[in-house]
Amino acid sequence: MAQDHDHSHDDHDHHDHGHGSELSEMQIRVRALESVLTEKGYVESAALDAIIEAYETKIGPHNGARVVAKAWTDPAFRQALLEDATKAVSTLGHVARTGDHLVAVENTPQRHNMVVCTLCSCYPWEMLGLPPVWYKAAPYRSRAVKDPRGVLADLGIALPNDTEIRVWDSTAEMRFLVLPMRPKGTEGWSEEQLAELVTRDSMIGTGFPKTPGAPS
Amino acid sequence: MNGVHDMGGMDGFGKVEIEPNEPVFHAEWEARTMALVRAMGAAGAFNIDTSRFYREALPPHVYLSSSYYKKWLLGLEDLLVDKGYVAPEEVEKGHALKPTKAPPRGPFRRDDVERILVRGKFGREPQAPAKFKPGDRVRAKNIHPATHTRLPRYVRGHFGVVELNHGSQVFPDSAAIGAGDDPQWLYTVVFESAELWGADADPTVKISIDAFEPYLEAA
Repeated sequence: MAQDHDHSHDDHDHHDHGHGSELSEMQIRVRALESVLTEKGYVESAALDAIIEAYETKIGPHNGARVVAKAWTDPAFRQALLEDATKAVSTLGHVARTGDHLVAVENTPQRHNMVVCTLCSCYPWEMLGLPPVWYKAAPYRSRAVKDPRGVLADLGIALPNDTEIRVWDSTAEMRFLVLPMRPKGTEGWSEEQLAELVTRDSMIGTGFPKTPGAPS
Repeated sequence: MNGVHDMGGMDGFGKVEIEPNEPVFHAEWEARTMALVRAMGAAGAFNIDTSRFYREALPPHVYLSSSYYKKWLLGLEDLLVDKGYVAPEEVEKGHALKPTKAPPRGPFRRDDVERILVRGKFGREPQAPAKFKPGDRVRAKNIHPATHTRLPRYVRGHFGVVELNHGSQVFPDSAAIGAGDDPQWLYTVVFESAELWGADADPTVKISIDAFEPYLEAA
């Protein structure tokens, strides 16, 4: 392919991020490409700003959390979500928007679901925002399909030995949202209260929702 | 392609570590890179399968030693040069030096942002009836295309059961190389852990992939 990638780069520009004194090699390189693309009229910088703002402020795990909380409180919605998640979520209007190909998979005492993309980083952006680094990195992608219990142990999660673990490798354009089990002690809670308990990782299957009263 | 991106089942990468309160981006250039890839894709300069193929095609040592968004940037630079949207000397200088090539869907503007925040549609009219139905026993073909494929190595040659039919969708193996959508039926296929990882595997584990019909044969 076109470029020579053999020169080495330092990716670890975190340390001087924010100080403004020195631009990292990556910042310079990306600015250069952005300049070319804006000068050639392919993209507007304001459009790039708006994309970034959306993922920094509007689209994140709170979207999925509202869907999960709704499923916990509304049996008809839960049923609809498990039958056709795209259709069910699209009835929620402003709560969360989704395109096609969303599938919700339900955790039960008998079965725990866990989602991975071994080939790249497929992830339900509209429900959870942009994926965290660990989800896109080699340790998780390599081991989730071969040793899911070991991965969960790394994360401090222990499941009963007889719980079935189902690993969903997102190899195409279907996107999977785990519907975790509703925590005990939340009887009578509102959807808004319940949504606060739903963590990002509980919707990937690498964590549980928070429990009532536990420090967050 | 049998690249290092196809990581399922590999050993030696260490522990999974979650960064507490991880920010959405770790540096401004990561955010700009993500936005540039989305914008140029939406302008029609490339499709999602081609952009995945370019990242997979990075040399293995570069793929393994580059951060996620660095892989996105390297793939994007290569793709824009190969497709004729920018010239290598423009990337080098950071300025437009050559004529613009109109992208198929036109420039990406502020007004286009809302529509890309909702996923695109990959469903397409089927070219033929579905060969398989839920419950059918199938075998993932032992195939090794040198170009883009979404059939991971760890299932090839192994037996599984069709669980779901997701309809007819864009076939990435074709779309990635610019050969058109060539729609194919997409199924969730479930494998027992022992079938993939041998007799010592955890018997409580099942693994599924989403497999396009050309990846499967009746078993």
